[in-house]
Amino acid sequence: MGMAVAHAQASGMGGMRTAGDLVARLQLSKKMRIGEAKKYVADKLGVSVVELSDPIIMSEVRADNGFGIMMPLGKVPKGLECKFNIARKLDLDINCLNRFKARAGLA
Amino acid sequence: MSNIVTRMGDGSMLEMSEKELREDIEAGIEEAVDKGGVPPLTQDEIEYLVELFKRKERIVGVEMGNEVILTYDAATLKIKRHSLFEDRVNSLAIYERLLGADTTELCHVDYSYKMLKPIVSYEAGTLEQALSVTHAPMFYGAMPNLGLYTQPDGPFPNPMELLPQGKIKEGRAAYDEMVASAVEDIVFIAETMWEAGADGINLDTVGASGDPDFKASLLAVEKLTAKYPEMAIEMGMAGEFVLGMHGEMYHDDQRLAGLYPTEQLKLAEKAGVAIFGPVVNTNNTESTPWNLARTIALIKPCSEAATIPVHANMGMGVGAVPVTDYPPVDIVSRVSKAMVELCRLDGL
Repeated sequence: MGMAVAHAQASGMGGMRTAGDLVARLQLSKKMRIGEAKKYVADKLGVSVVELSDPIIMSEVRADNGFGIMMPLGKVPKGLECKFNIARKLDLDINCLNRFKARAGLA
Repeated sequence: MSNIVTRMGDGSMLEMSEKELREDIEAGIEEAVDKGGVPPLTQDEIEYLVELFKRKERIVGVEMGNEVILTYDAATLKIKRHSLFEDRVNSLAIYERLLGADTTELCHVDYSYKMLKPIVSYEAGTLEQALSVTHAPMFYGAMPNLGLYTQPDGPFPNPMELLPQGKIKEGRAAYDEMVASAVEDIVFIAETMWEAGADGINLDTVGASGDPDFKASLLAVEKLTAKYPEMAIEMGMAGEFVLGMHGEMYHDDQRLAGLYPTEQLKLAEKAGVAIFGPVVNTNNTESTPWNLARTIALIKPCSEAATIPVHANMGMGVGAVPVTDYPPVDIVSRVSKAMVELCRLDGL
């Protein structure tokens, strides 16, 4: 576990603190390499590639777009609600959302 | 003058002069060139490594803008390993909302596809619950682990008993049967977890049982991506070259035994893998500069050849990380930075 933290501090994008989870989605769903994936997300969000790893800027972008934040107290989108916002803004298919819509009769 | 403080491959501290540092870096590169048939590092890359190990800071990191994506094999298992009896759904939330993980991975404590068959419905239900309350992309992961398919744990004769008796044909036939059975198990579990909503499937420690292990994984990926073209599969390897346990196992006319990362990657890409995780094992009797130079020389050509994201394995005992449960941050941060920046990785 300590090793994972060391890698995250030395080289990691920062997950939900920044845009790490969003860039990761492009690697999984479109097999994009890191440069292309970062550019895709940056262009969709209207920020620079460097800003994607900045927790100050990205926490505001995340809150504005309902992408999920590190301290999700009351009256903010959480979990699946955020995934709907992520899928729409990044123009992505998210597997569990499609399953959710089908089971809930929303498809 | 011995004024550079670094570590051995087992994590113990070591002092070296700059001359000794350069000699170790060059020897590590030479080993990779000799064994892996890769090009040597350039003089600029050698100077990068020398300067990295001369730095006095405890922690170093990549330049701003060079950050990459982290994937975590057996994530929930690593919470349990500390005797923290946290529910797995909550463990994944801890990963993303306390540790800032870019991705998460649900797994069972018995981290092999074969062992999941009787409990897959419970695993699928847990995955669905976890997906509804987290945000980061979530893998479901396990190992092909062909070692579980031989008697007395599994149904097939053990090739490791047959081969020393000279029963080569019988040993290879047993491996063929193990491959077919493992493919069936991997596909069954992966399909179930994909239909439960997983963002990706992780085949971890591929090749741990040699060329039959790699063959089963490639066949499983081909079957899965043929049925679900959008399924994201990560393939993390077990070692820097594929052990020839069978010896004559081929895939797409390519002999699997002895393949190094670049050739492994090409087969994985063709099979339909979305993220490839090459491995170079750490030698604990050599220094970290030796291990890191060797690792970069072996993995850089793989990353250069890739059309898919490459996440090098950088856990305990691989990727020049020392062989210890308590990897020191001075070494982890140095190898993390150098691997990302010199190999142009997409993730770890």
